[in-house]
Amino acid sequence: MSRAADQIRPWHQANWDARAAANFIGGGSGSGLLIAGAIAHAAGAPYRALALTALALIAVGLTCVALEIGRPWRALNVFFHPQTSWMTRESLVAVPLFAAGAAALWQDGGAYAWAAAALAAAFLWCQAQILRAAKGIPAWRAPRVVPLILSTGLVEGAGLLAMACALPSSAHALARPVSAALVALLVLRAVVWQMYRARLEAPKRALVALDRAAPLFHRVGNWVAAPLAAIAVLLAPDAVAAPLGAVAGAIAVAAGWQVKFVLVTRAGFNQGFALPHLPVRGSGTPGPSAKPGW
Amino acid sequence: MTRWAMAADLRRCIGCQTCTAACRQANATPPDVQWRTVLDLETGEFPDVRRSFVPVGCMHCGDPPCENVCPTTATKRRADGMVTIDYDLCIGCGYCAVACPYQARHIVHRARFAWSAEPAPNERARFDARRIAVATKCTFCVDRIDAGTAKGLKPGVDPEATPACVNSCIAGALVFGDRDDPASPVAQLLAETEHFRMHEELGTDPGMYYVFDARSRGEAA
Repeated sequence: MSRAADQIRPWHQANWDARAAANFIGGGSGSGLLIAGAIAHAAGAPYRALALTALALIAVGLTCVALEIGRPWRALNVFFHPQTSWMTRESLVAVPLFAAGAAALWQDGGAYAWAAAALAAAFLWCQAQILRAAKGIPAWRAPRVVPLILSTGLVEGAGLLAMACALPSSAHALARPVSAALVALLVLRAVVWQMYRARLEAPKRALVALDRAAPLFHRVGNWVAAPLAAIAVLLAPDAVAAPLGAVAGAIAVAAGWQVKFVLVTRAGFNQGFALPHLPVRGSGTPGPSAKPGW
Repeated sequence: MTRWAMAADLRRCIGCQTCTAACRQANATPPDVQWRTVLDLETGEFPDVRRSFVPVGCMHCGDPPCENVCPTTATKRRADGMVTIDYDLCIGCGYCAVACPYQARHIVHRARFAWSAEPAPNERARFDARRIAVATKCTFCVDRIDAGTAKGLKPGVDPEATPACVNSCIAGALVFGDRDDPASPVAQLLAETEHFRMHEELGTDPGMYYVFDARSRGEAA
């Protein structure tokens, strides 16, 4: 491919790298775990370790983003545009999220746990909308990226909770219901992925990047993890249910992280350039449209 | 209501990149950063091959995605259609760059110079540290336009009040002016020709028009 052609067909965005992906990974998993943790706590599971892990994941993600911005000492400017910017809204939600999370840790759950879960849901929504609003990246701006990011976050939360259920001195009694929830969320995530991918209009190379990730994410991350979790719910003896659910949870979490990493760092091809009509030259006639790379 | 706009007559552009060089000279952009550039688009298969030259840059959109996503309000859209960046507010998060469907935004994280690690005298004289690690893009030479209009000059007509790329175009392919003023060069060109705006389906209302044919031919067809 000539240099001229390279200049025209879509190329991979170079502004958001693995650090941005880490924000979607940590933020999604942390939010999901805060939601799952609040529900599990209401059912009798210990709360503090779950909430601490969740807040740490979100904090790591936000720290990674802070390391990516060009002028970190001006980071507080990020709060200036709540009218339309989902990045501002994410930041604004993060403040009370950590406050509610800290209060919930202090009180070991209670009403603050539900407040933290609600704010985590808002945080996850903002993250999904951040990608949706990135109009220059076709794989991100697709409307179905929103349910994809939401479902991956919820699956990761349930997956981490399933892993926690297998730990010593944890709520083993919850292993089966958590695995059941994981099955339902994995099916949801699989359906959402198929809808996202089927309707996605993006440059060829973005589709190739996503299709390369699909076997691991979709076939293993969804369709191996879901049956494993289902076996943990229905067939496994008590002693095996929690570890089996944990394995399913680990696979589900890893797959969610993988797809978000690929989405940001491998499928982030820009729009490229396109001409609906090629210009007249001399006494000729206009030519057909051109949209290289699509 | 004024809406500053630019038209690129693709029938005339020869891809000489003089506009690119003029922009570099006028705005002192670092190496590899070209706020205005001309794409060289080869299409078709032998023997039916076409070559088109397409000037691109910030389209100064009516509904700029970069402004909507900017978390700091550094990117703003003025009432006259100019999309501006406040370098003192920008945090260099890159969100505007991924939101722009025209690949018009650049972030340079370290000072770079054309000839060596040290700036040449002319580069040193014009180096602007405020532009490091923040988003930059074509300004439509907003300073020239504001200074020119303050003097009563007409952008698109008087060179002193017209973007550098337009002034430099040897083929007369780039035209600038107030789209909403029927007497402006850009409005007159658009009235006489068939034109399009790039990626219009994305709803950005770009302020850059591409002329591809005469209107008379379009009507005859």
